[in-house]
Amino acid sequence: MSIRVTGAVAHRVLLQLRRDPRTIALLLVVPPVLLTLLKYAFDANPAAFQSIGGPLVGLFPFITMFLVTSITMLRERTTGTLERLMSMPLAKLDLLIGYGIAFALVATAQAVIASLVAFGLLDLDVAGSTLAVGALAVGNALLGMALGLFVSAFAQTEFQAVQFMPAFVFPQLLLCGLFVPRDEMAPLLEAVSYALPLTYAFDALQRVTVDGSLGPTGWVDVTVTVVVTLMALALGAATLRRRTP
Amino acid sequence: MEPGPAISAGDLTVNRGGHEVLHGIGFEVPRGQITGLLGPSGCGKTTLMRAIVGVQVVESGRVEALGEPAGSEALRHRVGYVTQAPSVYGDLSVRENLAFFARVLGARMERVEETIEAVSLGEHVDQVVGSLSGGQRSRVSLGTALLGEPDLLVLDEPTVGLDPVLRQELWATFGKLAEGGTTLLVSSHVMDEAEHCDALLLMRDGRLLATETPAGLRERTGCQGLEDAFLALIEEEGRGA
Repeated sequence: MSIRVTGAVAHRVLLQLRRDPRTIALLLVVPPVLLTLLKYAFDANPAAFQSIGGPLVGLFPFITMFLVTSITMLRERTTGTLERLMSMPLAKLDLLIGYGIAFALVATAQAVIASLVAFGLLDLDVAGSTLAVGALAVGNALLGMALGLFVSAFAQTEFQAVQFMPAFVFPQLLLCGLFVPRDEMAPLLEAVSYALPLTYAFDALQRVTVDGSLGPTGWVDVTVTVVVTLMALALGAATLRRRTP
Repeated sequence: MEPGPAISAGDLTVNRGGHEVLHGIGFEVPRGQITGLLGPSGCGKTTLMRAIVGVQVVESGRVEALGEPAGSEALRHRVGYVTQAPSVYGDLSVRENLAFFARVLGARMERVEETIEAVSLGEHVDQVVGSLSGGQRSRVSLGTALLGEPDLLVLDEPTVGLDPVLRQELWATFGKLAEGGTTLLVSSHVMDEAEHCDALLLMRDGRLLATETPAGLRERTGCQGLEDAFLALIEEEGRGA
């Protein structure tokens, strides 16, 4: 691993993003717009917005980074640039961490803008610190990136990669407790929800936004999220092959 | 120059997509020369090149580059590979692409400008690669491989789709590199390109037909044109079988 190569990868990914202002705009504008929609959709029931809005600020980066990473990685594979990099003196970790740094920066910008709008303009209140929500948001972005990287190995086309979003992300969103408390679900689904990483990401966010601090269970959530991120990265690294059939 | 051949393969068998593509071939490529890998489309040239640079899973047999097993870590600084489809970032400019790969390779940053010169892309340095023509794009891809000043350059059909003037320029560049001690393995399905090579590997259906110099090939077959010589070789093999 080398700092020079890792930095080169991060720099390159950001340069590519800069060439694509529409994607940047979508990444930064869509979360606040959705939060605004949510607030006025729950016009008659502000309590619902208060309970969903906070965690959602921290979950947007997960969703977008999952999608962005799986498509970017797929492109690296299909255009041959991945094969070229793999034939060069580049460690797989250089590539993964380079991507991680670039996307964490984007996720930070995304979380900051979503927070400013939600907490500043939409009167969203959270019990805990908004900074903690932001930090969890960046962590969730990395989780989304790691999972996106891993599943990109199973997509042959961008069509397939896009479909992985409803296939992998939607069930986790439905079962993580955001819409329905998990203990009100059918027992089987509740059991399944324990196996899904987003459940822990959401639980940590909920503890900060509702209880005011992570607390011991919240730290367990954070630990689980970090471990799953590392595992997904390791699995993703295993799919980056120097030799292919 | 180090002793021994630049590339050496023995009994090399490779499967791709469930088919045996290379059927136990063996050959040697001398150092500091341009060796042409010629044969019709689909004869296994790309697969052979992939095996030489070590990105191809090999079924059996051996293949070495610069005295090391193909694909070994020590070779990642010393072997440059240019795929047939340009593998560069379409959303970055020419200079940004080269600067990125130069940093990955740890090459001097002056190499970026030198390379732009070598592949005649001076007018397009700040243009986004996706907006270049096919030929220009493949020159960016070639430039990427030149950045690290590799000892062995493996080029898969680098002159396809280029205009004759540019093709001549590229061959002149290859000639200069070989004079400087670089070994080049250049594939093509156009027999006329064999003229520019010091040595030839002629392939058909995953087998080597012959390893010859252009002059040797003419002498052996009695044909003046290399296209005819290739056909004569196939006939010769047919009679032998």
